[in-house]
Amino acid sequence: MTDTTAPHRRLPNRLDSPFKATVLSWESLLVLVAIAIFILNSLASPYFLNEWSLSDMTFNFTEKALIALAMALLIISGEIDLSVAAIIALASTLMGWALQFGADTPALVAIGIGTGILCGAFNGFLVTGLKLPSIVVTIGTMSLFRGISFIILGDQSFKGYPASFSWFGQGYVYWVISFELVLFLVCAAIYFVLLQRTNFGRRVYAIGNNDVAAEFSGVRVARTKFILFCLTGLMSGMAAVLLTARLGSTRPSIAEGWELEAITMVVLGGVSILGGAGSIVGVVLAALIMGLVTFGLGLLNVPGIVMSIFIGALLIMVIALPILFRMWRQRSTVRSA
Amino acid sequence: MKALTKHREIWLGLAILLLLVIVTARFPRFAQPQNLLTIFNDTSILMMLALGQMVVILTRSIDLSMAANLALTGMIVAMTNAAFPGVPIPLLMAMCVVIGAGLGAFNGVLVWKLSIPPIVVTLGTLTIYRGLVFVISNGAWVNAAQMSPDFINLQRMVFLGLPLLSWFAIVVALLFWLMMTRTPLGRSFYAIGVNPTAAVYTGINVGRTKFMAFTIAGAMAGLCGYLWVSRYVIASTEVASGYELTIIAACVIGGVSIAGGIGTVAGVLLGAIFLGVINNALPVINISPFWQMAISGSAILLAVVLNARGEQRKGRIILKKAEAV
Amino acid sequence: MTEPILTLTGISKSFPGVRALNDVSLELYPGEVTALIGENGAGKSTLVKTMTGIYQPDSGEIRIGGKLVTLPTAHSASAVGITAIHQETVLFDEMTVAENIYLGHAPRNRFGMIDWRKMRAEAKATLDAMAAGIDPDIKLRELGIAKKHLVAVARALSIDAAVVIMDEPTAALSQKEIEELYVLIELLKQDGKAILFISHKFDEIYRIADRFTVFRDGEQVGKGLIKNTTQSQIVQMMVGRAVDHIFPERTATIGETVLETKGLSHPTEFEDISFAVRKGEILGFYGLVGAGRSEVMQAVFGMTQPSGGSLVLNGQTIAPKSAADAVEAGIVYVPEERGKQGVISGEPIFKNVSLPSLRKTSKSGFLRMAEEYALARTYTERLDLRASSLSQDVSTLSGGNQQKVVIAKWLATLPKVIILDEPTKGIDIGSKAAVHQFMSELVAEGLSVIMVSSELPEVLGMSDRIVVMREGRIVETLENKGLQKPETLVRLAAGIAEEQAA
Repeated sequence: MTDTTAPHRRLPNRLDSPFKATVLSWESLLVLVAIAIFILNSLASPYFLNEWSLSDMTFNFTEKALIALAMALLIISGEIDLSVAAIIALASTLMGWALQFGADTPALVAIGIGTGILCGAFNGFLVTGLKLPSIVVTIGTMSLFRGISFIILGDQSFKGYPASFSWFGQGYVYWVISFELVLFLVCAAIYFVLLQRTNFGRRVYAIGNNDVAAEFSGVRVARTKFILFCLTGLMSGMAAVLLTARLGSTRPSIAEGWELEAITMVVLGGVSILGGAGSIVGVVLAALIMGLVTFGLGLLNVPGIVMSIFIGALLIMVIALPILFRMWRQRSTVRSA
Repeated sequence: MKALTKHREIWLGLAILLLLVIVTARFPRFAQPQNLLTIFNDTSILMMLALGQMVVILTRSIDLSMAANLALTGMIVAMTNAAFPGVPIPLLMAMCVVIGAGLGAFNGVLVWKLSIPPIVVTLGTLTIYRGLVFVISNGAWVNAAQMSPDFINLQRMVFLGLPLLSWFAIVVALLFWLMMTRTPLGRSFYAIGVNPTAAVYTGINVGRTKFMAFTIAGAMAGLCGYLWVSRYVIASTEVASGYELTIIAACVIGGVSIAGGIGTVAGVLLGAIFLGVINNALPVINISPFWQMAISGSAILLAVVLNARGEQRKGRIILKKAEAV
Repeated sequence: MTEPILTLTGISKSFPGVRALNDVSLELYPGEVTALIGENGAGKSTLVKTMTGIYQPDSGEIRIGGKLVTLPTAHSASAVGITAIHQETVLFDEMTVAENIYLGHAPRNRFGMIDWRKMRAEAKATLDAMAAGIDPDIKLRELGIAKKHLVAVARALSIDAAVVIMDEPTAALSQKEIEELYVLIELLKQDGKAILFISHKFDEIYRIADRFTVFRDGEQVGKGLIKNTTQSQIVQMMVGRAVDHIFPERTATIGETVLETKGLSHPTEFEDISFAVRKGEILGFYGLVGAGRSEVMQAVFGMTQPSGGSLVLNGQTIAPKSAADAVEAGIVYVPEERGKQGVISGEPIFKNVSLPSLRKTSKSGFLRMAEEYALARTYTERLDLRASSLSQDVSTLSGGNQQKVVIAKWLATLPKVIILDEPTKGIDIGSKAAVHQFMSELVAEGLSVIMVSSELPEVLGMSDRIVVMREGRIVETLENKGLQKPETLVRLAAGIAEEQAA
């Protein structure tokens, strides 16, 4: 029976201060890491701290980061897509093929992005329609998409993209700010709002935390996941346009290994691989960090393959350190208890 | 559909036979015993790697670093051989297994003690290990001229009609079969995958068992490191590049469930052989090797669909007339 | 007078916010069945988990055969001879029956390898001794729940356990299977094992138990020999007050039919389900566990698709293809499995509450947190939710409060029909009463309530009409004008003919 004599207790919205939560967050850690690497780079090489250098650096990560934006949402929802690099290859190949038939820039862009969306939809259908696990499905489509590119192109390449097209990958909007960077920042803002300020984003988090309970709560889980796969494909298509425009050519082996780099960006950015948590700010910071690391090492003439050691080690350390810290703290409280 | 999963291996075997029949119809020489043995030999390394991966996947984990592990141990052992050609090959092989197991154990420790998801751990070690190949070799290759004759020839020696490489695969397969069916460790891999909570009740240490799985996979990668570099007489940073996905493909085609708990040694061997037959058949029927990737991709997708159909749990059976028992 | 084989003394166990066990004691005697009786939330399952090493007690002692033991892991419990048969089998579906019986202690040959032939033979021998009629070579997942229980018993026999705990073992069994289980329990008794039998069915308790112990609100309130105690004495100990639990008065006027099903069917779960619920009415669904009630409700809620029949809401035929469709139509469902299906752990209270109502709180798809907080506050305060703030993680709330969050979530959608599946299972007395009070307020406001429950007092105390289901079919629909006897319902639910009822 409800007790009418007791005063109605008013539940506060929250007990902690939002400021403190922000300061002590993963994103703050990433900001510190980014600043540290920035300083290291400046000390390590005299070529680092100039505006054109820094602009060049952005090319290192903007294309992969575009994919990471959509991949973040997908991983938050509890799925994964390993075929993104293969989608880039296929989109690029089809653009090159269309080029041979005299397609103009708008058509090329449409084909690139359209291929991305279709590939994403195919993945989405297999995972949500046929209820298959996304990790093996996308391992399969990864081979399939890139395989089709090889069938079309073999060991040749397509060249001869028009200047208006190349501008997307090589052009500058203002001073040193490249079109790629602007596009990335705009997309990052859109994805930030989508994930953290809309109903859609709220449902993505719910699905990632407990997709059964989300379904029971009236969330259309399959439809949402399908959309996320399409978005991942869309962003891969967009990245294909930029990359092809920047390189000025298409080979079937384009963007090899990018799926793992995109996932690294996402996980480094604080998104849990198990789903349900993470933010766009973190992913952007992680992309920046990876760009800083690879560019800085590049200035020191470190070969790409060695750079990956740093990225791999960074990934493991950034995940492991908080866990080790928590374990060390537990052990010392037990000892003092 | 139920029959399909009960006899998954039989269907896979039939599919392979069908492939052979189709190709042999146009090219009778394909089915000659010597060619078939060649296919088996060509696939030996994949078989051993896939068995290691199977153990990991059974425990609801994944190991993306096996190919990089292979490349690193291969480079280490090739450089050792180039610098000290007098070192007996069996010793080099033992070194490989130990180093590979150590690299796998590193993965295992992070999964066991820090509870980091396996995909994240092996994503990291994949790049670290492969990068280390460059670091220790300074980007240089080790090729046939620098390897000792014993190093190169050991696995090509023929016993009873089969090269030693094939015999390695056979022995390894037998050992895995014994382990998976006759030892408590092997059964515990399955138990963890089927029901981790129940596994704890029966006294299985889930974390430690996963650690063992990664160590075994690493050991296989290490062993195949030597076999690969001596077979293709090259050790470089590009060795087995991208191969991790082929290994997983062999498992998936062989019926190993990515959700854990389901998979057999026979299935994995057949899955690897399936890919091996396709590989060998393509040049014979004049399909350019550029088709190979798309074909294995399609095979993986088909296998995943079939796996899932077989794993579908029946709905609650409440109506008495619907009850099977 | 034999010595007890297992003694628990002074066991206490607390969780944040709730004292599950308070200084309880228990003795189990070899060759005897001790019944553990208590309402939901009395602490029975916590006790079982403490005995099987899943939980560690905050204080107290456990002794086996007089020797003090600690049980840090589940395995240590089975190592000292304590084994449990749970409601949901904790075994391996993909493995054979024989392996399930022997996993962890398989017979070995002289090379140290597992001897399958011996395992099969011994499994067969054990199963035959139990007259179980199970083939040791088939995979466990091909068996029904009753047979799975038998495999669990076989495992207990193979471990040569000294103590066998059975947690509501007859919940999903038919009468015939229950009789077979009794025979098995006799076997175990003759073997000298001590059995702890958890049940709330008095006919069973009086049939097979030698001793009993009663728990209430985490404390042991009574124990003794069955033959010296009457049923009403035990009930008195259970409830601690007069037998008639006070349920809220029902003052709602019952109106027109709101929701109706006609011949709803599913290939394996239920058949020909026809019922109707009216405005302002509480329709109770009673049956044994596994009767198919939740399955029917999940079909009504759109989570599963029926293969036949129709669903009519306010005169219009609807066919929800998903929960989202059902919610849009005005039907909501509070699931039985709170943790897995009801709340989203890891998310705060207010997000859990606002999830189905985002379209209402948001503007053009953009979140408005202030509105969400307000919505959550409105409905959680109505239910008197005990929490420190609306941003508290739901997983840290007690079961009763989690249930309030789930109910609040659905009330915020202003539904027409609310289906509650075992709404007070596993929650404390205070929250239970609150939920009941709340249900009566809801129908007074004009909602229709369907309540699936296995607790007789609740079904009899709250429902206007009662539908009894058994094995996927409706047995009977009864008016509940206070004249129904518990025995009638039990008889219908279990399929016992009139003559056999005591």
